[in-house]
Amino acid sequence: MIQAILVFNNHGKPRLVRFYQRFPEEIQQQIVRETFHLVLKRDDNICNFLEGGSLIGGSDYKLIYRHYATLYFVFCVDSSESELGILDLIQVFVETLDKCFENVCELDLIFHMDKLLLLNSPLSSLETVVSSLHGGEGSVTRVKDLYCCRSQRTESCTGKEVHYILQEVVMGGMVLETNMNEIVAQIEAQNRLEKSEGGLSAAPARAVSAVKNINLPEIPRNINIGDLNIKVPNLSQFV
Amino acid sequence: MSDIVEKTLTALPGLFLQNQPGGGPAAAKASFSSRLGSLVRGITALTSKHEEEKLIQQELSSLKATVSAPTTTLKMMKECMVRLIYCEMLGYDASFGYIHAIKLAQQGNLLEKRVGYLAVSLFLHESHELLLLLVNTVVKDLQSTNLVEVCMALTVVSQIFPCEMIPAVLPLIEDKLQHSKEIVRRKAVLALYKFHLIAPNQVQHIHIKFRKALCDRDVGVMAASLHIYLRMIKENSSGYKDLTGSFVTILKQVVGGKLPVEFNYHSVPAPWLQIQLLRILGLLGKDDQRTSELMYDVLDESLRRAELNHNVTYAILFECVHTVYSIYPKSELLEKAAKCIGKFVLSPKINLKYLGLKALTYVIQQDPTLALQHQMTIIECLDHPDPIIKRETLELLYRITNAQNITVIVQKMLEYLHQSKEEYVIVNLVGKIAELAEKYAPDNAWFIQTMNAVFSVGGDVMHPDIPNNFLRLLAEGFDDETEDQQLRLYAVQSYLTLLDMENVFYPQRFLQVMSWVDASLSFLDGFVAEGLSQGAAPYKPPHQRQEEKLSQEKVLNFEPYGLSFSSSGFTGRQSPAGISLGSDVSGNSAETGLKETNSLKLEGIKKLWGKEGYLPKKESKTGDESGALPVPQESIMENVDQAITKKDQSQVLTQSKEEKEKQLLASSLFVGLGSESTINLLGKADTVSHKFRRKSKVKEAKSGETTSTHNMTCSSFSSLSNVAYEDDYYSNTLHDTGDKELKKFSLTSELLDSESLTELPLVEKFSYCSLSTPSLFANNNMEIFHPPQSTAASVAKESSLASSFLEETTEYIHSNAMEVCNNETISVSSYKIWKDDCLLMVWSVTNKSGLELKSADLEIFPAENFKVTEQPGCCLPVMEAESTKSFQYSVQIEKPFTEGNLTGFISYHMMDTHSAQLEFSVNLSLLDFIRPLKISSDDFGKLWLSFANDVKQNVKMSESQAALPSALKTLQQKLRLHIIEIIGNEGLLACQLLPSIPCLLHCRVHADVLALWFRSSCSTLPDYLLYQCQKVMEGS
Repeated sequence: MIQAILVFNNHGKPRLVRFYQRFPEEIQQQIVRETFHLVLKRDDNICNFLEGGSLIGGSDYKLIYRHYATLYFVFCVDSSESELGILDLIQVFVETLDKCFENVCELDLIFHMDKLLLLNSPLSSLETVVSSLHGGEGSVTRVKDLYCCRSQRTESCTGKEVHYILQEVVMGGMVLETNMNEIVAQIEAQNRLEKSEGGLSAAPARAVSAVKNINLPEIPRNINIGDLNIKVPNLSQFV
Repeated sequence: MSDIVEKTLTALPGLFLQNQPGGGPAAAKASFSSRLGSLVRGITALTSKHEEEKLIQQELSSLKATVSAPTTTLKMMKECMVRLIYCEMLGYDASFGYIHAIKLAQQGNLLEKRVGYLAVSLFLHESHELLLLLVNTVVKDLQSTNLVEVCMALTVVSQIFPCEMIPAVLPLIEDKLQHSKEIVRRKAVLALYKFHLIAPNQVQHIHIKFRKALCDRDVGVMAASLHIYLRMIKENSSGYKDLTGSFVTILKQVVGGKLPVEFNYHSVPAPWLQIQLLRILGLLGKDDQRTSELMYDVLDESLRRAELNHNVTYAILFECVHTVYSIYPKSELLEKAAKCIGKFVLSPKINLKYLGLKALTYVIQQDPTLALQHQMTIIECLDHPDPIIKRETLELLYRITNAQNITVIVQKMLEYLHQSKEEYVIVNLVGKIAELAEKYAPDNAWFIQTMNAVFSVGGDVMHPDIPNNFLRLLAEGFDDETEDQQLRLYAVQSYLTLLDMENVFYPQRFLQVMSWVDASLSFLDGFVAEGLSQGAAPYKPPHQRQEEKLSQEKVLNFEPYGLSFSSSGFTGRQSPAGISLGSDVSGNSAETGLKETNSLKLEGIKKLWGKEGYLPKKESKTGDESGALPVPQESIMENVDQAITKKDQSQVLTQSKEEKEKQLLASSLFVGLGSESTINLLGKADTVSHKFRRKSKVKEAKSGETTSTHNMTCSSFSSLSNVAYEDDYYSNTLHDTGDKELKKFSLTSELLDSESLTELPLVEKFSYCSLSTPSLFANNNMEIFHPPQSTAASVAKESSLASSFLEETTEYIHSNAMEVCNNETISVSSYKIWKDDCLLMVWSVTNKSGLELKSADLEIFPAENFKVTEQPGCCLPVMEAESTKSFQYSVQIEKPFTEGNLTGFISYHMMDTHSAQLEFSVNLSLLDFIRPLKISSDDFGKLWLSFANDVKQNVKMSESQAALPSALKTLQQKLRLHIIEIIGNEGLLACQLLPSIPCLLHCRVHADVLALWFRSSCSTLPDYLLYQCQKVMEGS
């Protein structure tokens, strides 16, 4: 099970903090700090696995992290998760973010507070980072400070977006979906609501019917499970 | 619940009245859309924590006003929530907004609801009282016809839901398992899994529905149900064996690419699904042959199909290997899995190397040879710059620790320990070292020194069991009284020295251990107490101080001893007041010690230290003469001597020294791997002392010829003594590596710790004591062991003379019988039969007496390097008078070496039921396990290229064998090398070390020098063979 997902930048500023296990507020902050110090110490050419700090449970837990340009993505997991599997899950998450935010500077994107459009800075697009990752085998592409590349910002989206995306990938500490297209489709379906927001508040009845007919992706995904002989008795409703 | 609502509601007006910021809600509304952006920008631009705090506090107070203002619309509230989430993430308290988050989830439209739910799931925890307010909303949304609302409700339920309210939503969620949309079914499954985690009893009745989810036509739903099954099978695998077939079928389809293409990740079909399934299969097949058989095929296919083109394939392979080693073994699969582990271990990618080590750690008990294969990589990982890799390597070494490699491994662990700062690392490591030290300690001094290091580094954090066990060990002792005595004496002496040092601070627990030991001994041994009080003046203050500490917090819990308090006859026993400790407090602790020894360990201690005459007077005197520590004085001399020798050696031997050191380290680390024997502390001391005895002998012999050279400059070493040294080096270093490493260790740790003044003296002390170890041993054991002086070489020589001594063995070459031990009743002689596939040791026991001997039994102690198997027909119930019986043992070698001892004993009963036991030992040489390898020149060429380990050396030939053929003949006869071909002045030879490690030799003659060039698949074998060759060539 995934215990926590932390995203912070090279200076230790948290960008996304999601705990799936209960920790008091102060401890959460300490964990973020401790984790930051743990990963900061590490070069990029050593392994992406760490034992969890003392706060998060010591050697029973693993910190699996990736460093993309200015951001660290850290997943804290217990022994029931595969290290390499999680490493690729981070990749999926980041690639999905990239897809959902189209050509967005990864810094801003993970800042997850703004959806920013960039002018003429191919270097800073997450796409480049990600595509270099495909070839570069987990190596980290250092992208120069991206602040300077930005000349104009449009603020349309807010930090919740990243959380929504994450919710489609990991739900309550369990991996829900690893298929990027599926995640993007879910997010897009939800976002369609946003566009008709005005209508929704103006005419609730119309909105409800609109939402009812909303086209959630339904890809035929069948699997033949073999002949399973499972009887499902009629269970009385829970009282 | 209503109380809470009321409270919250009454609090609201208060919030209203609080500071309304300048602009008021209207102004806030105007700038809403850009507020968050500017906040983030503002924060990012700030440099100091203080400024950030100021800005956030400002933001929070304006938010507080906004959210509680009645004019704030839900839309504005939504924006406020996003900013609150941000502030909370940075660690600032935004609890005033929690209730509004819930209200937003309750009242908002879809988008506002979404934000509200998100805020709630981020702000609150499962047992937060406000969460109860959300239950109704969740119930309502679960019943909604709107898909998005249902999904949101399911998401929030799986993230955060109050345990006691599960019944309210459970039927609704169960219904969702039949929902037409797969995403809803999937989320419902995960929500139920969450319930299973927090309240397993409440979902017990729907296990059958999980089965239905497993059969869902949608892969996503099926995959979600695997989370549940993994968990439930982990808890109780026997309940789900019937599903094995289904899991196998699913995996087969996934591996076979039957899933739609969109499930591929980098053209690997559903890797996460595969990982999950493999884990489940591993759990199901554990210790269950029948179930395991069902999955062999699919595992084989998984291993085969995994083409290594992406990281994620390695993830699958890793799980596959793990599963193969978890389930009931199948040799074919194990072989393939072992190869896979090799791919991981040898990978240049550090992540894979880490996982390779992890896999090795996992399989090491089943397959120790795998560690041998990768020993050089493991050695490299020990010095890896990544501490995580290092720690995993230590974990691996911890699993393979045995009596032979304990010193080296513990050194490595201590090295790491001294570098570690993290508390949990120290706790973990300290526990392991203590465990290993107790299990495998080679001798007292080492044990005490190691424990001292453990206590001084980890004293404050370690598990209380460690000091408790240690003290119990000291108190209870073993079977051997002298051993116990020495152990205790050594402990006290080492503590006295440690305490004698000024400006050193030890962890409290360490001081407690010391004081406990002191207290008990001072009562029992008048002298030690006296010495203590005499010499106490300089170190009494710290001693008293720790005694006071002890009285303040009784951290140590001597449970087993405490129990006996009431039963022991305490009256009449007086704490010997003022023996070592003057204060009342110390009196207490002395009593503690007294109680313990008194009641529990009566036998052990009384005999040694009891009032029947203060037995240990002898030791005490020694202690008196040389001050606190009698040990080191002479040992220093010896060690200086040794150190000089080593220094010379290191100068002479410059070429590829590093390489060699690595190999030596490897051989000392992986020695004795694979022997299943678990030997107790005493047995261990036995084998080790043999080592030391032999070493000291070698040294004596050597000192004769080299003492003079020592005094000269190193450069005056002639080439001859160089060679002589080489001999010594190989025979000696193996055993010495430990000492050398210790020295190195203490040096490095000194450097490392030099900044912390407090630790420095301790480190010095440690190195000092560890230096004294070998001589201590030599002294101890010289008197105890008197094994026969025969060497393997002489045996080998005798062996070439065919003797008609024994009947059934004439088809093989065998040695002459030699008497290994005798007494008035029996005589035991032994001989070796060099069979093609093993060495057969035969001990023939002759009953010389006129009486019948009963239950004669011969037993061989487990030995390093050897695997000894008893041949059938060895047990003799009755041995008639004047008869001879033989016991046969086949011996296999597990690791190349030069010489080794096989010890055992014969026990029997005489007619009068008097039983007797007789010990013997036999020397084995590497040559006993060398057999000719008959291959062609072509094969030789091929093999030669494939072997990586090579050793070259020039050997001077004596005149009698100046020509190549005669030299080779000597090698053929003495070493059993097979001569493949002689071409001009070059010769090709080959042999194998049983069971099947080949070694090739290429010889070339220049004048009177024979250039030997060995190659083998084993890294150490060439060295050993070279040594034997040199011996043979010079000897004849």
